[in-house]
Amino acid sequence: MSELAFAENSTATNETVETIKDKALDLQEVSILYSGNPAVKKVSCYFMRNKITSIIGPSGCGKSTLLRALNRMNDFIHGVTLEGKIMFASEDLYGPEVDPVEVRRRIGMVFQKPNPFPKSIYNNIAWAPGINGFEGSKDELVEHSLKQAALWDEVKDRLHDSALNLSGGQQQRLCIARALAMDPEILLMDEPCSALDPISTAHIEDLLFDLKSRYTIVIVTHNMHQASRISDYTAFMEMGHLIEFGETEQVFTKPLVKRTEEYVTGRFG
Amino acid sequence: MAEAANQSIKKSGRRFGESCIISWLTVCAAVSVITTAAIIGLLLKESLVFFENVSPADFFFGTSWVPILKPSSYGVLPLVWGTLQVTIGAAIVAIPLGLACAIYLSEYASPKMRAYIKPVLELLAGIPTIVYGYFALTFVTPILRSIFPDVQVFNSLSAAIVVGIMILPMIATLSDNALRAVPESLRQGAYALGATSYEVTTKVVVPAGLSGVMASFLLAISRAIGETMAVTIAAGQTPNLSLSMFESIQTMTAYIVQVSLGDTPAGGIAYQTLFAVGGLLFIITLLINIVSQLVLSKYREVYE
Ligand SMILES: Nc1ncnc2c1ncn2[C@@H]1O[C@H](COP(=O)(O)OP(=O)(O)OP(=O)(O)O)[C@@H](O)[C@H]1O
Ligand SMILES: [Mg+2]
Repeated sequence: MSELAFAENSTATNETVETIKDKALDLQEVSILYSGNPAVKKVSCYFMRNKITSIIGPSGCGKSTLLRALNRMNDFIHGVTLEGKIMFASEDLYGPEVDPVEVRRRIGMVFQKPNPFPKSIYNNIAWAPGINGFEGSKDELVEHSLKQAALWDEVKDRLHDSALNLSGGQQQRLCIARALAMDPEILLMDEPCSALDPISTAHIEDLLFDLKSRYTIVIVTHNMHQASRISDYTAFMEMGHLIEFGETEQVFTKPLVKRTEEYVTGRFG
Repeated sequence: MAEAANQSIKKSGRRFGESCIISWLTVCAAVSVITTAAIIGLLLKESLVFFENVSPADFFFGTSWVPILKPSSYGVLPLVWGTLQVTIGAAIVAIPLGLACAIYLSEYASPKMRAYIKPVLELLAGIPTIVYGYFALTFVTPILRSIFPDVQVFNSLSAAIVVGIMILPMIATLSDNALRAVPESLRQGAYALGATSYEVTTKVVVPAGLSGVMASFLLAISRAIGETMAVTIAAGQTPNLSLSMFESIQTMTAYIVQVSLGDTPAGGIAYQTLFAVGGLLFIITLLINIVSQLVLSKYREVYE
C-alpha cells in the first residue's frame, strides 16, 4: 500500500488498485457553496475503509459543511450547491440517478447535540430499520446495537422508558446505537463529544476504537487530543481549504505545512 | 470594590415596582377566576330551580323537547343530538383537512407559499359566523339539494359542513404551530437514518407534536359545540332526534338563541330552561377538556 504517499497528493496517479479499493469515499476537487458563497474550496481527499479520519480546523472553516455533504444532508439547506465529485465506491454521490435516501441509509450520521426521538429507547433503535423493511428479530437488533454502543448494560432493564430520560452521554451513545442499527458502511460524526463530560467522552472514544473494525468513521472534532488519540488519518482545514491531509501521526508530529503545526500545537493566531 | 461595599443589599425601589406588577397580575388572574365562579354559580342556582319543577330523569333522558307550547315536555336529548350531529360532522370535515393543511404548511410549503396561505387562513377565521350561516343556506344547501333531493331547506349536514370550514383554520394554524415547534434536530436525525420525508413527517414530526395537534382538535371541537349563529341559520329550529342529516334540527345553542330572542318572561319555566341547557353545555365542554387532558398526559411524546 502506498500509505506513505498520502501526504503528497491525493489524486496522484501512482496509487495502487489496492488503495483505490480501500477508499470508502473519494473527494475530487469538492467545493460547496451557500447561495454562491464558497464554504468549502476544492477539497480533494479520501476516507479509508475501516479507519478513523478526523477533520480538524478552526470554527467556521467548513468542517460541518463538508461532513454533511458526505451523506447529502446539505440537500435540506436552501441554496447549497456542490461542485466536484464525491465517489462512493464507483458511484458519484451526486450523480443524477442517485437516491439521497438510499445514500443516508448507507452513510449514517451522528450529530453534535444528541437528538434522540421522543420515543422509547427501544423504538429509537428499531424505528429506522423498521421503516426500511428490516425482517430479522428487532429485539436482537436492539440488543446488538446497544451493546455495540456500550449502552446495553445501563439501559437493558428500561428499554421501554423514554429516551429523553437518559443522560446527555447516554443519549449520544443511543444516537450512535441508532445509527449502527442501520448497519451503515460509513459513520459520520460531527463533534459527537462536544456536549459531554470527560467520562462519557472516554466511553465514546473507546467505542469508536471498537467500531472501526466494521465501519469507516469520519469525525469532526475540536479536540486535538481526541484527534491524535483515536484517528488514523487527519485532515486539517482552514477557511474552506484543505491545508493538510495525511496519517495522524505525521500530521501531528511532522506536519508539512507550517499552519498545521501552529494549529495542532495550539500556537494558532 | 469600595463602591460595591457602599451599596446596600436592602430591597430597592426596583423590587418594589416588581411586587406591584405581581400584585396587579394576581388581580387580573383573580378576575377571570371569579367570573368563572360567578357563571357556574348562576347556572347552578337557576338550574336547581328548574329541577324543582322538572325531574332530572325527564330532562336528561326525555326524547321530546317542547318547552313553550302546551303540553310541554323537557327532554333535552334532541338538542344534545343536534349539537352532536353538527360537531361530529364538522370534525369529520375539519380534522383531516386541517391536519393536512398544517402538515403541508410546516413540512412542505416554501416560505413564499406560507406567506400566501397563512393570511388566507386568517381571513377565513375572521369571517363573522353569521356569514357562514347564510353561506350554508344559500350556497351549500342548494348544492346538497341538487345532489340529494331529500335534503330539507334547513338541515344539519349543511351546518356541519360550514362549521367544519369555520374551525378548519383553527386546526390548521394551531397544528402548524405545534409541528413547527418540533426541533429541527429531530427531523435531521430521522433523515440521517434514511427516512423519506413522508416517514419523517408521519412517524417523527406528527407524533412529537401530537399534544399540540390534539389540543388544536379539541379546541376546535369545543368551538363547534359552542357555535351558534351559523347553525341557527343553517340547521333550523326543530328539535329532532332523527339519524338523518338531511332534516332540520336544533342545537343547544340555537335553542338558547331562540328563547333569548323571544319575549320569554323572566322567572318562568321556559326562562329557566335556558340555564339548564346552558349548564349542560358548560358541563359537556368541561368534560371534553378533562378528557383531553387525560388523553394528552397519556399519549404525549415530550421532547426536551
Ligand atoms: N446554512 C448556512 N447558510 C449559509 N452559510 C452557512 C450555513 N452553514 C454554514 N455556513 C457558512 O459556511 C462556513 C462553514 O461553516 P461550517 O458550519 O461548515 O463550519 P465548521 O467548520 O463546522 O465550524 P464549527 O467548528 O464552528 O462547527 C461558515 O462561514 C458559515 O458561516
Ligand atoms: Mg461545525
